[in-house]
Formats: sequence, structure tokens, C-alpha cells
Amino acid sequence: MANSYDVLIIGAGPGGLAAGIYASRSKLNTLVIEKGVIGGQAATTEEMENYPGFYEGVTGPQLTQHMHKHAEHFGCHFVKDEVVDLDLAGYEKAITTKNGRYTAKTVIFATGAEPRFLGVKGEKELKGKGVSYCATCDADFYEDLDIVVVGNGDAAIEEAMYLTRFAAKVTIIVIHDEGVLDATKVIQERAFKNEKIEFVWNSVLEEIKGDGIVEAVAVKNLKTGKVTDLETNGVFIFVGTVPRTELLKGKVELDQRGYIPANELMETSVDGVYAVGDVRQKYLRQVVTAAADGAIAAVAAEKYMHEEENFKNEVLDKTKAVAVMFWSPFHQASLEMVPLVEEFAAGHSEKLDMVKIDTYRNQRIARRYDVQEMPSILLFKGGEVAGRVTGQLTREKLEELAILA
Amino acid sequence: MLEVNKENFEAEVLNSKGLVLVDFWSPKCVPCMELLPHVQELEGQFAGVKFCKLNILENRRLAMGQKVMGLPTILVYKDGEKVVELSKDFSHEDLAAKLKEVTGA
Repeated sequence: MANSYDVLIIGAGPGGLAAGIYASRSKLNTLVIEKGVIGGQAATTEEMENYPGFYEGVTGPQLTQHMHKHAEHFGCHFVKDEVVDLDLAGYEKAITTKNGRYTAKTVIFATGAEPRFLGVKGEKELKGKGVSYCATCDADFYEDLDIVVVGNGDAAIEEAMYLTRFAAKVTIIVIHDEGVLDATKVIQERAFKNEKIEFVWNSVLEEIKGDGIVEAVAVKNLKTGKVTDLETNGVFIFVGTVPRTELLKGKVELDQRGYIPANELMETSVDGVYAVGDVRQKYLRQVVTAAADGAIAAVAAEKYMHEEENFKNEVLDKTKAVAVMFWSPFHQASLEMVPLVEEFAAGHSEKLDMVKIDTYRNQRIARRYDVQEMPSILLFKGGEVAGRVTGQLTREKLEELAILA
Repeated sequence: MLEVNKENFEAEVLNSKGLVLVDFWSPKCVPCMELLPHVQELEGQFAGVKFCKLNILENRRLAMGQKVMGLPTILVYKDGEKVVELSKDFSHEDLAAKLKEVTGA
């Protein structure tokens, strides 16, 4: 099938691009679907001075364009489209887009996050008319004009500093007490030294005013309760992000804020579905951590396909009965019983085959068949479980299993 | 697409009869650069609309005069009056739908 892939990646930010590079380099048939800009949020970030190896600075667009070329170099496919529905149950997953339909053995979610709206009066109406969430897009409008920035995390302070290259004055509205910012120390120090930056402490933005274009903002002091109008030409809002996981609701486990919890292998609650980058519940949302997630997910996806296909070929599709031993080299008792089980299987080789699964390396299949004790032996016939013995194995117990084969 | 600027904006857009589309863009605006080829594609489908683009780096005041303070923005004028206004998070599909609406296609 032309639209059938090993790895299908949704989103072409740094996480999705890194996954694309690793997967296609492993010769997996890989597709990246992106509805908007290749590079994601990073493509709208001008200042980037902490990506390893680029201490002299690289811009977000430059870095992500390189990642895009890198993925294409290894044969990764790209399509511009928007995913509208997903069927993630089962080994073959179906992905419906506005313009097509795809199937894939694994899906890597790299849909990222988008700027959070402040939700104040005038914000929606004046978007693109002085209200902005993208400094690189709109900074040029503000040469020698005044700007208000809302937010005080790393992104807010860094973007405010970028805006001082254009604007006459940048006023940052900060909810905290004087001198307290959420941004890291290095960034804070630079901002405090910047002569074009002014701070309004203990305050929140209450309303954005203007007739067709931003003219002023109403700022409320939380200590005094007083609301003051401040004239300005633009409002840049950097108050965090929200994950793009609307499509996954009810299909993959999400946390209260909508982020996807994933383990160290980037596995989500659904087999063969991975989450990488900003969309994942994580401690640090940066280009470098998104890229790392992407690499891990691609490698985990490859191993998953290999294991699942092996299990299908060696166990589920066999006409002969198969005894599957779940063991672990770290579980002494199960380790000691391996020779006994091997001897038993050899004695019945005319009616059954034997397969061993190391649960330290592969917990997924054990979980699927509810294997909780080590060792366990499950007898498969025609793809179904026909018998099971667990715990202390004896020759008698094994012989009972052989009768079922 | 016709490049419009301070010199020709009035003649080509405001004093022009019929439908005129103006794509406000900047080479620094990544979403604008992504959108531009799609707008060019739509030009072939809507023969009754004059397609223009305006680089805001060279025509900042002119854009602001049209109350454009954010990118990407696309305006459609009919006999010099704004009839469509799309700004920030819109897709080329949204634009195509709007164009169908105003052209009656």
C-alpha cells in the first residue's frame, strides 16, 4: 500500500524532525505530517544560544531547516496536511487527514504546544492588530514604538530583549513582587541591565483597548487594587503554552492539563504510540530535550516493531502449539528453571515449539497476557492462550501443559 | 503576484475596481513564508481576483495605515473597501473558503 508506513510522525518541530532522522536512517519507511510550519515553535524563535555546539548563536529557523534537510537526506517523507482522526487500537493504526488516509505500525506524537491566550477583554479582537504571540513575526512593526510584554518566564524575558532592538521602550508586566522573575538568573541579569526595559511589578493585564488597533492597556496593581491605563502600540503575550492533544482525548492517557505522560522510552498508554517534545509531560521544554525525545522514540519504535513481528511469526501465526516462557536473567528462580523447560520442550518437539521472552527487555507482551509471576509459561494454540503454568515449575506441571498442546 | 508598495498601493488596491487580495508578509516571518506558495497557487484558481503582496519591512507605515500590526495577514478589498480580513492563525484552506465566498465561485 502506498500510504502505509513503519513510522508516522505527527508534527515537524525539533522532536518530530529528530525522530524522522533516526527512523529513516534505520531504513524504516517514515512519514512526517505537518499542518503548518516545519520547525514548529522553534522556527519562530530568533534567539537560540543554548543548543549544544552553537555557542555563537544559531537562529531557530536555521537550525530546524538543517534538521529538515537532514531527515530528507536519509529518505524521510514529508507531507503538508492536517490530521483529523486517529484509530490507534491494534497493530496497524489508521490516520485520517484532511486530504488522505494513512496506515502505520507506530505513531510518534510530536504536535507540540501553542501559546496560551491570556483571556482578557480585547485580546481576541485585536489579534494581529497589536496583540502578538510571535516576536520574530511582528517586531518590525514596532520600530521606535512602545510595547508591553506580559509574562516573566525565560521566553517572555528573552523575547522582550529581542523586541528592544526595534522598539523605543518595552514595559514588562510582572505578577510578582519587585525584583522577582520566573526567568533564570542569567536572563534576569541581562534584562535588568537593559535600558529600554521597564518593569511594572505586582500587576496583571486586565484589558487591551483600541479602536481597530491597540492603543492602551489597563493594568491592575494587585497590592493596591488600582487600575491604570498605559498607552502602548503593541502587546506581546508570553504566558506559557498549552499542549495540542485535542485529537487524543479518550484515546491516549493525558494528564489534567492535557499533556501526554510517557515513560523513559517515550511510550504512551497505547502500544506503538509515542509522545515526544513539548506535548509530553516533562521537566524541561527545550529544542535539545525535544530532539533527544525524538531519537529515543524512533529507536523504541523500531525495537517494538521487531518484537511484535517476531512474536507474531514465532508464536501467533504458528500452526503448531508454542510454549512461551516468560523469564528474566535477574530473577534467579526463573533463570534456574530454563534448562528444565528446554528439556521438556525438546521431549515434546513433535507437538510443540518453545519461545523464551526476557521480561527485562520486553515487558509489553507479558503485560498484554497478564503475566505477573516469574517464571510463567503460556501455551499458545492458533494464536490463543490454551494453558498457563506459573511460579515453581515441576515436570508434572509441565506435562499437564503438554496434554493441552 | 503583483508587488505593491508606497508608490502603487493607492492605484493598484484602493482605487482599483473589483476584488484585490493583499498578502502582508516579511522574510523574517516563518509562517508567512510557508503560506506564500499556497497563496500563489490560489492565484491560478481565482482569475477574478487581483493578487498582490506587500513586504512590510519596506512598507511598515503603509501596512499600519491599513491597521495591520501582525503577520501573517491577508486582506481582500472590493472597490477599495476591506471585505475579508484574516490574521495570525488561519490556513490557506480558510483563505480559499473566504475567496469562494466573495467571488461566488
